[in-house]
Amino acid sequence: MAYYRSTVLVSMDPVCIDKGALDVKEQLIKELAKHNLSEEVQVLDIPRVGDPETEGPDFLVYPEGSHYIQLTPATVGPIVMEHFIKGRELQQYKAQMRDVTDEELGEPKDKEIRIILENIGKIDPRNIEDYIAVDGYQALAKVLGEMTPEAVIQTILDSKLRGRGGAGFPTGMKWKFARQAPDTPKYMVCNADEGDPGAFMNRKVLEGDPHSVLEGMTIGAYAVGANQGYIYCRAEYPIAVSTLNIAIKQAREYGLLGKDILGSGFDFDIEVRMGAGAFVCGEETALLASIEGNRGEPRVRPPFPASKGLWGKPTNINNVETYANVPKIILRGLEWYTSMGSEKSKGTKTFALAGDVANTGLIEVPLGTTLREIIYDIGGGIKEGKAFKAVQTGGPMGGCLPASNLDLPVDYETLGAAGSIMGSGGMIVMDEDTCMVDIARFFMEFTQDESCGKCVPCRVGTRRILEILERICAGKGVPEDIPLLRQLCSEIIQDSLCGLGQGAPNPVISTMKHFMDEYEAHIYEKRCPAKVCRSLITFDILPEKCTGCTVCARNCPVSAITGERKQTHVINTEICIRCGICKQVCNFDAVVIK
Amino acid sequence: MPTIKSIDDLKRLREEAQKVKELRDQTGKTQIIVGMGTVGIAAGARETLKEILTFIEDHHLPDIILRQTGNIGLGGQDPVVQVILPGAETVTYGKVTPAMATRIMEEHVVKGNIVQEFRIEA
Repeated sequence: MAYYRSTVLVSMDPVCIDKGALDVKEQLIKELAKHNLSEEVQVLDIPRVGDPETEGPDFLVYPEGSHYIQLTPATVGPIVMEHFIKGRELQQYKAQMRDVTDEELGEPKDKEIRIILENIGKIDPRNIEDYIAVDGYQALAKVLGEMTPEAVIQTILDSKLRGRGGAGFPTGMKWKFARQAPDTPKYMVCNADEGDPGAFMNRKVLEGDPHSVLEGMTIGAYAVGANQGYIYCRAEYPIAVSTLNIAIKQAREYGLLGKDILGSGFDFDIEVRMGAGAFVCGEETALLASIEGNRGEPRVRPPFPASKGLWGKPTNINNVETYANVPKIILRGLEWYTSMGSEKSKGTKTFALAGDVANTGLIEVPLGTTLREIIYDIGGGIKEGKAFKAVQTGGPMGGCLPASNLDLPVDYETLGAAGSIMGSGGMIVMDEDTCMVDIARFFMEFTQDESCGKCVPCRVGTRRILEILERICAGKGVPEDIPLLRQLCSEIIQDSLCGLGQGAPNPVISTMKHFMDEYEAHIYEKRCPAKVCRSLITFDILPEKCTGCTVCARNCPVSAITGERKQTHVINTEICIRCGICKQVCNFDAVVIK
Repeated sequence: MPTIKSIDDLKRLREEAQKVKELRDQTGKTQIIVGMGTVGIAAGARETLKEILTFIEDHHLPDIILRQTGNIGLGGQDPVVQVILPGAETVTYGKVTPAMATRIMEEHVVKGNIVQEFRIEA
């Protein structure tokens, strides 16, 4: 094969051709011949480079990766002269390079295995061909060409893939129920309403590798017998929504969505529906109600969506990450997939590591990795060398696990048994300076705010719990509060309609189980051991450290600090609002919390 | 725009797309840079470049990126050739004639030994 030092890829998109791409190519070949460069520079056709509407006709030049846009035959000559003869890029015709590397996602750490995040930052999510180059849509081809819907369902059953949205229901079972439902038409829904504070695993996949989700959904639709799919994505993810829409448009243009996919006779199309940001819409029945255009409130199950879902028809709902797993399982095989993970939980899981851990961000590990490995080996341990106190898994409805649980393997059963949940993959690490009562109060504030209000236990119960926790944090707790909290928690769990209410008490129950001493200190001793709850702390100035520099007095917003220059200053606790500004500004560590 | 009508279409498209992706992926490849400013060309950089091209083609060397740049800024040293092996520092050669280019290719690019007597300080 001849060696070319440079390759020009000319976009042959119909729009580009319409705007004169063929003339540009002809002129390019002429110019190269004129300068005796035909042997050195190769000219190839490519279906598309940039956006044909705004950038075409255009071509890419490698190895430099220069993208020349809005070309006419007249501009080709100068480009050949400058770029190929003189080795300079001609800036006036050059597009801004589109960077596909991902800054949010770092290099994988030692114990990570990246399957779902594998392509992110390595392929251009706005170019379907990049996905095809990394074996994209090959799994769909295999399914449509060689497998019956039953065989697909069996493969997913055997892979032991479980719902990555949190509950961990076997995906193959879900598909089987939807397939067996007699009613038609059937629908395929993707839950992309990622609402847990601090979690962004799904957003990353939608923004960085949208076709993996489309492909997984299409395979599922074939298995279930659905011809229409919906992706329910929250409106707070505008980039994810626009990336998805571009991906869907390109998949349709390439014949990978729509009628008669790959000549198999199977039809399937996908639409994006935007959610308006209600946390409860991540619950499947509320999500379906929202797609239908109704108020996003959950309803009683059964009937489950697999028999009566969207518009009363059989509907299969899976999470973004669940769908993204499907093509990989089909293509790389069961043996490969089931080699990762624990006994009952196979494959990998993405987590958003947040809080007081040194390396925050997205990670992907095989299920069954211990919390210690995740927090210390991958997360780099606790910030500033402080001590670990607790980790909360599974978002605001998860439980807080103490240091004694650090060696638990992270999988659905173990976390459930320990009083927490897998959830969609939020993981918040807390250090020794965290007050567990305050944390329980914080999460209850969130769930209370997000309760849809349809059923009483959740609407009123979370409110009462929040009031009690606020009271305890304010130093007004009474001994009866503890049994009252226990009773409220168990009743809310028993009587709530959906997962939001059933999960809401988890942070309270788990902190009461593992950190009862802190509750007791607040209630009996009116003391906050972590020195967080404002009503239970006082600020004081150490005379031996105070230099009388007056910085604290000048910064105090309520003028609670008095003292002469070069004399020890004093805080008047009657006036002090415990904002902590004096502690922040003191250069001599003279301000302490008692 | 290719509409993919069959599995074979998809396989064909994958191969094309992989080629394009490979062109873009430059990690782990040897880079050879030839300074092609006006001075460089006047001093014979094109002949040197052609010699390197011929060498790559004759020896079927894989994974080499040959690129040109403008004036490298080493007055009086043209034609300038820079060789960057994967993970190694940039080595700059000055006044590279076609014959010298062949030697640099044989010694440095193929065998990995820097040709010290042609080397200049960059």
